[in-house]
Amino acid sequence: MTTTAPPRRRSGRLAGAAVVVRRRLLVAVPVLVATSVGMFALGAASPVDPAKQYAGAAAFTTSEENLAQIRANWGVDDPLPVQYLRWIGNLLRGDLGWSTSRHEPVTSVLAARAGWTLLLIGVTLAVVLLASLLLGALAAYRRGGLFDRGLRAAAYAVESMPVFWIGLAAIAVFALALGWFPAGGLTDVTATGTSWSDVAHHLILPVAVLAISQAPWFLLFVRDAVAESLRDDHVLAARARGLPGRTVLFGHALRTALLPFLTLVGTHLPELVGGAVLVETVFSLPGLGAVTVEAALGSDFPLLAAITLVTTAVVLTANLAADLAYAAADPRVRLDG
Amino acid sequence: MADLAARRALPRPLRSRLRPRRAGVVTAGLVLIVAVGGALLAPIVWPLDQSAVALDQTRLAPSWSHLGGTDDLGRDVAHRAVYGLRVSLLVGAVAALVATVIGGLIGGIAGTLGGRVDRVLMRIVDTIAALPHLLLGIFIVAMLRPSLGAVIASVGLTHWLSTARIVRSELLSLRTRTFVDAAISGGAGRGRVLVRHLLPHVLPRLALATTLMIPHAVWHETALSFLGLGLPPHLASLGNMISDGEGSLLTGAWWASLVPGAVIVVVTLAIAVLAARWRDRLDPRVRAELQL
Repeated sequence: MTTTAPPRRRSGRLAGAAVVVRRRLLVAVPVLVATSVGMFALGAASPVDPAKQYAGAAAFTTSEENLAQIRANWGVDDPLPVQYLRWIGNLLRGDLGWSTSRHEPVTSVLAARAGWTLLLIGVTLAVVLLASLLLGALAAYRRGGLFDRGLRAAAYAVESMPVFWIGLAAIAVFALALGWFPAGGLTDVTATGTSWSDVAHHLILPVAVLAISQAPWFLLFVRDAVAESLRDDHVLAARARGLPGRTVLFGHALRTALLPFLTLVGTHLPELVGGAVLVETVFSLPGLGAVTVEAALGSDFPLLAAITLVTTAVVLTANLAADLAYAAADPRVRLDG
Repeated sequence: MADLAARRALPRPLRSRLRPRRAGVVTAGLVLIVAVGGALLAPIVWPLDQSAVALDQTRLAPSWSHLGGTDDLGRDVAHRAVYGLRVSLLVGAVAALVATVIGGLIGGIAGTLGGRVDRVLMRIVDTIAALPHLLLGIFIVAMLRPSLGAVIASVGLTHWLSTARIVRSELLSLRTRTFVDAAISGGAGRGRVLVRHLLPHVLPRLALATTLMIPHAVWHETALSFLGLGLPPHLASLGNMISDGEGSLLTGAWWASLVPGAVIVVVTLAIAVLAARWRDRLDPRVRAELQL
């Protein structure tokens, strides 16, 4: 995707960035369209009758004419291509539709919930990055040593643990047995408002669980990259100049290893999103995860499709941003991917 | 420092021979034999009445008579976990196979045709890899209604990317090898080269990719089941058991949820250790990532 080449003049690189954005969109837009078509086809093939579902339990007493009227209003009997174009057209105009399971506009559901999920993901990402950079660099410094081996064994063990299982174990130990943290929710049941200290206290356990479940991959990557760059000439030169080990490790080796890390963070975002959904469910957090599951259980196509498509678009954009940041930070990188 | 330098001077294969790490592989093998054997033979050796409950023995802590304790309906957790493992492994294996077939086809097309087709296909694969696959999986299951087929479709449609990449890069590197040139100059057509010369090299990779996919398929299935979107409750999978035990966990009976989860961890770790060893055998140039 990105290759190294002799440094070029800045204007050339900026022009390159525009080319990359265009090329990425050339693939990303068709993939998004194909995903939306696939999702719509699945929704159409679904055995759930949207009119009956909208009516809920009242569907048993609602007359067939009324149901037919609802269907006509929604246009669910129109040919599928017509329905698809109408749906996409509405999405593009910012009208995400009406959630059939929560009986409110999809936009207001997203507006109320997305912030908490972004907070969870953002804080977790910061924790994971800091921890993996620090621990990965230390493990690489004494490669094959006790710390390195122990850390890697732990990383592989954690990698085979489902995140919701880690969450349940954390609740059993830290919330129930020790009583240090609350077992779930975002605020205390007795609380009248949302105070930040209360929220922070409630978020410690979820963030820790999500961070631990995501850390192994980042940690192993940093470790390998730093171990590699410790053998580079400039690191050797720094050592030869008699710089202390800490300066060599963090100031020279880690710095070189940091760059490719940027793009990899972008490619790992989908995992983080999936983990967040599960962690939110375990800790009953009022984020998008809980709504997603609720919508899935209620076969709420408009809400579920909107969440999936919006998240997809956000992740794709974040990936592109990570690649551009990488190119901006490293003049050797040529943006021809 | 001098000692470190001396060790570094040794060529890699020799170094790994000096420090054999057999113990992990042997342990993993034993774990897997016990787990798979137990899952296969369970109906004969240790029959379970799936509908039986014992309401006088609910939420008993683990003991010699109930190794994993009992759940809120008085059912033996360890006993049900064996059957859950049976279902989870079966679903995982079938779903991994589906993912391998899809990935193998896409990777095969990209790798054999090469050129522009390859570039376009791989760019598409890169983009799909950036999609949040758990959300897509949830969507697929929600629209098809939770069932065995929906779970398998959900795994298969979201997990084929790595296989496609492996098959494609393997084919591309094989194409430049001398024996392929020899076959072509000997008059072999494209089809013959593919079937007789390339496929035998790709198949072991494919088998390995399928094996490495099984843990991922199991995790995906358990995650869906945990959310209540996976297998129907009467098929007691490990994910269903963890989900069922969540209520007991909050009242202090941690074993109902954590024991089935521990089974997943141990079995998937064993699969990963063995598969890493297998990969070393297939490609000794690449150093093992997983050495326990």
